[in-house]
Amino acid sequence: MSKFKKKKDGGLAPINTASLPDIVFMLLFFFMVATEMRPDTLMVQNKLPVADQIEKLEKKYPISYIHIGKPSVGYEKYGSVARIQLNDKFADVSEVGNFIGAERLAEREELVPYLTVSLKVDKEANMGIVGDVKQELRKVNALKINYMTGSGDALNNIK
Amino acid sequence: MAKRAAPEVNAGSMADIAFLLLIFFLVTTTIPKDSGINRKLPPIDDSEVEPPIIKQKNIFTVLLNKNDQLLVEDENMKIKDLRQAAVEFLDNGGDGSCTYCKGAKDPASSDNPDKAIISLKNSRETSYAAYIAVQNELVAAYNILRNRRALEIGPQKGFRDMNFIEMQNNHKDVRWIGNKEKLKEVIDQIKLEIPQKLSEVVE
Repeated sequence: MSKFKKKKDGGLAPINTASLPDIVFMLLFFFMVATEMRPDTLMVQNKLPVADQIEKLEKKYPISYIHIGKPSVGYEKYGSVARIQLNDKFADVSEVGNFIGAERLAEREELVPYLTVSLKVDKEANMGIVGDVKQELRKVNALKINYMTGSGDALNNIK
Repeated sequence: MAKRAAPEVNAGSMADIAFLLLIFFLVTTTIPKDSGINRKLPPIDDSEVEPPIIKQKNIFTVLLNKNDQLLVEDENMKIKDLRQAAVEFLDNGGDGSCTYCKGAKDPASSDNPDKAIISLKNSRETSYAAYIAVQNELVAAYNILRNRRALEIGPQKGFRDMNFIEMQNNHKDVRWIGNKEKLKEVIDQIKLEIPQKLSEVVE
């Protein structure tokens, strides 16, 4: 009996896990740096379409985000058609002008002309609401816009 | 007093703590997508000036209906063919004034890239995804021509093997070493030669 036991003992040495914390810390630091806390909770569905002729948004200039999409789970009482979310509440098309005004006031004066409005629109939304928002933006002279998209082959958007 | 060695801290649970934090950040993280298609909206024009008359042959009509079907120059078209069709239209050079065009020089199509206008018409019920796909293809058509032009005039100005997109990226990049003012001139020249003229209408 003892003969067999001895053999087993001399088999596999335990794996050294001393460097495990180092590896975990490395991953931890990556995610800590890459993470960006959402400034406001998203109340609309926001699956962006994809495109391949995209440019990176320049962070040194102010950016205002307008989310458009149908109310997400938990907000069904606001209906099932696409709606606009400004900051953290649902808004009407007519409020877009005031929103841009407020965003401009919050910026440093010399940066105001560079304000880019980034439209984060759900891919299932209709162009009607997007067109209305664009018209409102024209009224307040916020002409630099950006259709935010993921990167990929744009032909996949149309089934 | 005898010198006592400091007791060793048990670091066995360090991995557990780190894992806990790691999982927290993994769950909360959203890698931000901060890229997209840049566009400029036309300012609202209240003046009573008569708009200039544009010849029909200089307008490339793209119609996207409520079922996301594409009608280009009154013909049905698949979205994958749009890019090539737009390139051919812009690159036509019908009046011969455009020395850098390599198109068919068809007198029934656009005169030169400066006069060529792409008119995009969409319905209110068009889906946003389809609209973005069309926008993307049209921007791609302009980029194809601009890239080609950049590779032509770049070497003369000392910017070898650099297409238009790379020129723009380099111009923005603070770490890029090179003559930025000269690069800006080249970029502006290309933009002037092949301007993006895209008009949009909502039905």
